[in-house]
Amino acid sequence: MSAPILQIQGLSKRFGGFVALDNVELEVAEGERVGLIGPNGSGKSTLVNCITGTLHNETGTVTFAGEPMNGLIAHERTRRGLARSFQLPRPFMSMTVADNIRVPLLYTVNARPGRHLSASELDARCMELLKLVALDPKARNNPRDLTQVEMRKLELARAMAAEPKLLIADEAMAGLSHSEVEDIVALLIQLNERGITIIMIEHIMRAVMKFSQRLVVLVSGKKIADGKPQDVIENPDVVGAYLGT
Amino acid sequence: MEFSVDLVVNAVIAGLLLGGFYAAVTAGISISFGMLDIVNIAHPAFIIVGSYIAYIASASLGIDPIIVSILMLPFFYALGALIYQIYYISFEKRGQESLRGLAFFFGLLFVTEVILILVFGVDYRSVDAIYIGPSLRLGPVEFPLRLLVPCAVALAMFAGLQLFLGRSFIGRAVMAVSQDPLALRLMAVDPTRIKRIAFGISIATASMAGAFLIVIQPVIPSVGRDYIGRIFAICVLGGLGSLPGTLIAAFLLGVIESLTSTLYGPSWAPAVSFGILLLTLAVRPSGLLGR
Amino acid sequence: MRTPFFALCATAVALALYLLFRFYGNDYLFFAGYTVLQYIVLASAWNILGGYCGYVNFGSAGFFAIGAYTGVFLYTVNQSIDDLFSEPVAAVMHVIFPLPLPVIILIGGIMAGLVGLGTGYLTLRLRGVFFAIATLALAVVLQTLIVNWSFVGGSRGAYVIPPNTVPIFGPYIQYLFCLMLALVVIALTLARLIERSRLGFGFATIRDDELAAEAAGVPTLRLKLIATTLSGALMGMAGVPFAYYIGYTEPGSVFDLSYAVNSIAMPMIGGTTSWLGPLIGAILLGTLQQVATVTISSVANLLIVGLLLIGFVIVAPNGIVGLVQNWLRMRIKS
Repeated sequence: MSAPILQIQGLSKRFGGFVALDNVELEVAEGERVGLIGPNGSGKSTLVNCITGTLHNETGTVTFAGEPMNGLIAHERTRRGLARSFQLPRPFMSMTVADNIRVPLLYTVNARPGRHLSASELDARCMELLKLVALDPKARNNPRDLTQVEMRKLELARAMAAEPKLLIADEAMAGLSHSEVEDIVALLIQLNERGITIIMIEHIMRAVMKFSQRLVVLVSGKKIADGKPQDVIENPDVVGAYLGT
Repeated sequence: MEFSVDLVVNAVIAGLLLGGFYAAVTAGISISFGMLDIVNIAHPAFIIVGSYIAYIASASLGIDPIIVSILMLPFFYALGALIYQIYYISFEKRGQESLRGLAFFFGLLFVTEVILILVFGVDYRSVDAIYIGPSLRLGPVEFPLRLLVPCAVALAMFAGLQLFLGRSFIGRAVMAVSQDPLALRLMAVDPTRIKRIAFGISIATASMAGAFLIVIQPVIPSVGRDYIGRIFAICVLGGLGSLPGTLIAAFLLGVIESLTSTLYGPSWAPAVSFGILLLTLAVRPSGLLGR
Repeated sequence: MRTPFFALCATAVALALYLLFRFYGNDYLFFAGYTVLQYIVLASAWNILGGYCGYVNFGSAGFFAIGAYTGVFLYTVNQSIDDLFSEPVAAVMHVIFPLPLPVIILIGGIMAGLVGLGTGYLTLRLRGVFFAIATLALAVVLQTLIVNWSFVGGSRGAYVIPPNTVPIFGPYIQYLFCLMLALVVIALTLARLIERSRLGFGFATIRDDELAAEAAGVPTLRLKLIATTLSGALMGMAGVPFAYYIGYTEPGSVFDLSYAVNSIAMPMIGGTTSWLGPLIGAILLGTLQQVATVTISSVANLLIVGLLLIGFVIVAPNGIVGLVQNWLRMRIKS
């Protein structure tokens, strides 16, 4: 049994008087596909922000690949292999789609010790990633010209460009059509088969059930369930708090 | 440097009275910056406009400056609403608030000051009122009325604002809009309208603050810039979005400034507010009572 | 065009300009031209942090003043060597001093750069808005410190009396003019270099979306500190010769609000995304202000600048460069 790639212990986060996360514990094994669900405002995004370093947690520890993350800023965590996509896509609007992908390549991949991509390797890698999400025809466009689902894909592609060991996909499928959701799920499974551990945060239960090997439920900042998807959705606490009958 | 207890006590009293005035000056920014997240650094310019209006009315019609400012409240409110509308259409909607918004307000600050210079020149202007000059004496302690009266009215204004924000529907909507615009929308309240009302109120406070200012000291157009530092220092020290925090911070600043001025000379006064600001930002950016 | 070639071209243009002015022989050209050149440097410096990174600096006057007062300080030290130091030390000092102006410029730049670094370190971890307010604070604090520092004249001001003529250049103003030309070449080359480098790419991500940039691996704090230091240093360098240009340096003139406004208005009107913007903005606005000051009044010209700033910020946020780019794009489409 290998060490978990992500270990969260006793994580708490408050905003003034409001407790957003209350003593959250979570372990994710390498290569796992974890789904994270919960009602709006339950703290899912806050959890992601604390894991990735965008927010600082008050108590508790985040350990990634055996290394404690407390005190490390977001970009340092990304360079160690922890990537996330944003719930509302945040592309860099003043540059082309291809350049959006180039940012993590330049600043994460090339910033790691050892391997350095040359300029031509960078270009090749850019196009490779864009092809993966079928955005290569729009490589020279501005993100403004992208549709909703294309923006989501760009968001994921940019997270992938950082060559993460763990990718957190934050509601990457909200508002997409049935087939578009299938697309993204297939993409994420494909990434997972390449060895990337993935935590998927979603409301779309169909996608979550199809994707997850393990399901975690967060309600009001507390973890109330953690186990096999089929077991979790039948858990009466989960049904009461989130799923409904 | 010798200091008597009298000197120190009077400096503290003056500082407290000034503090009440500073609170009124800062109230507007507490709303626009603290609650609406709009960095209106042009706020002092509107205060100075208020001062000059009070000056004209007082000089030509003989009306008491503070009364003039109360009469001018609706005009300042309308001005604030208009400016917010321009700001919203040009910047907030386009999502480019930070750089352009700051430049916009900075331009407003500057243009207002220059127009005032062109119209009124750079001579000091002051007003006359029955409470300018005499002081209330309690033993060795002196309460200059020109400080006491504005302070009292300022505190009343402040209390009125606090009541409004805490009790009325619109007031609470204002406090909500910064924290949860989505929830507001769900209650069928248009966040933009609420923000416009709030910004209008914030500029309206400038009208009264302006009258207080010209009662306390003579003004020239550039005086506004002296207050930028004080306003933001108080806002940050008190904690953004907290009116009670603003009040405490205003008193603190007033006293520290007054003591520094008395003991070390007035040329150090401008640095006090900015020094406090930098210190607060470095040590405790959320301020005393910030959220 | 590769950067060294650009620098060469810029130097050639600068040289040509100098020779042209010298041919005309009218000293006024040099005096007025110096002001415009100074603004090109200030605008370019501001733009490195403001336009490229999106962080507004309201305290340009402060950094400019650090440069000017470095000049005043070192000049006053030179004048007072015998009063300040014992005989053997004074003898050594007399050999080193007076420092050549380019060296003082460098020192001024370093001082201003350090202050920029310090301010940035204190405030750049907070929201951009706090940085802007802190720069405002900085200018006021610096002014208060200078006003209370009698060695550099305090509120009374200090005289810096340069020699009337210099070898090669002739009138001293021409020497200052050339120094400023050199600074312009440096500023523009630096701006262009940054634009085309990985650093500039990183700056752009910070401007576009700092949170996403950080998540993508961009070390935002480090880059912002670099920008703040470079920007401050350039402004300081522009300020050093001012003490020699104006002769009598007092806090009111050095900390004048017009420096803050112009260093913001010129890049924003010219266009913030390229090195060209501050150049165009400074030349246009600088010349306009020279004309307006002479024909209308110095106050009216400030009004024009302020109104133009507000107008452009609302209507043409990408400045003149942006307008031209849009126009070209439309021409290409049709």
